[in-house]
Amino acid sequence: MAMRTAIARVRGLGSAKTGTEHWWMQRVTAVAMIPLTLWFVASMVSLAGANFETAYLWVASPAASVPMILLLLAGLWHGKLGLQVVVEDYIHAEGVKVAILMLLSLATVALGVAGVFAVCKISFGE
Amino acid sequence: MASAQRPLSPHLQVYKPQITSVMSIAHRATGVALSAGAVALVLWLLALASGPDAFEMAQAIAGSWFGYLCLFVWSFCLFYHLANGIRHLAWDMGYGFEIPQVYASGWVTVGAAVGLTILAWIVGLMGLGGR
Repeated sequence: MAMRTAIARVRGLGSAKTGTEHWWMQRVTAVAMIPLTLWFVASMVSLAGANFETAYLWVASPAASVPMILLLLAGLWHGKLGLQVVVEDYIHAEGVKVAILMLLSLATVALGVAGVFAVCKISFGE
Repeated sequence: MASAQRPLSPHLQVYKPQITSVMSIAHRATGVALSAGAVALVLWLLALASGPDAFEMAQAIAGSWFGYLCLFVWSFCLFYHLANGIRHLAWDMGYGFEIPQVYASGWVTVGAAVGLTILAWIVGLMGLGGR
């Protein structure tokens, strides 16, 4: 039945308004996290028990600060998308759900900015 | 529509746990745990950026028995979520949907997660002696 406008059919986003954006970005960030996770684990293992100076100089080096920022951005984004689905699945009270989803968005950005700021401060301070 | 408080499907408690369902639940659970780990990572970076005193405190927390427990659980969650995530990406591309394949890839994933966790801790703890 042609109840929908032509532009709506072309966009193909349906009633959820965002189409497959959430699903797709979860996959994109997941693929990004494969090499970043392996790099992160290898780095943390080699940094085990490191003192301040060793850890500081490691984060300060571009070879570590750039992947660390990428890890923070891809990881927090991926985690936000995942937690959003958990909230949508289990929280059924509309007001509470919206409040938690908003808090999740704000916390994700706050953590991302804080983490990237910390890496930049270390890297530029060096 | 009247919203009676009827039980919602599926009734998880009536099913026998299977590797498929348990691994699916574990994927979500490890993902939630890793989100907490991300908070810890940001705090660790902020401590490092704040200077030696804050960093020593962070390292003391990480080096306590509770810190080691968290790090151990997080490392397993990371390897599990990574391996099972790759399994999911293969499914997304249409591979491995036959039941024997699903079971086989499931056990490979669990084995990889356990093996990589043990390997990472052996290498990490060996490195501790060298510093």
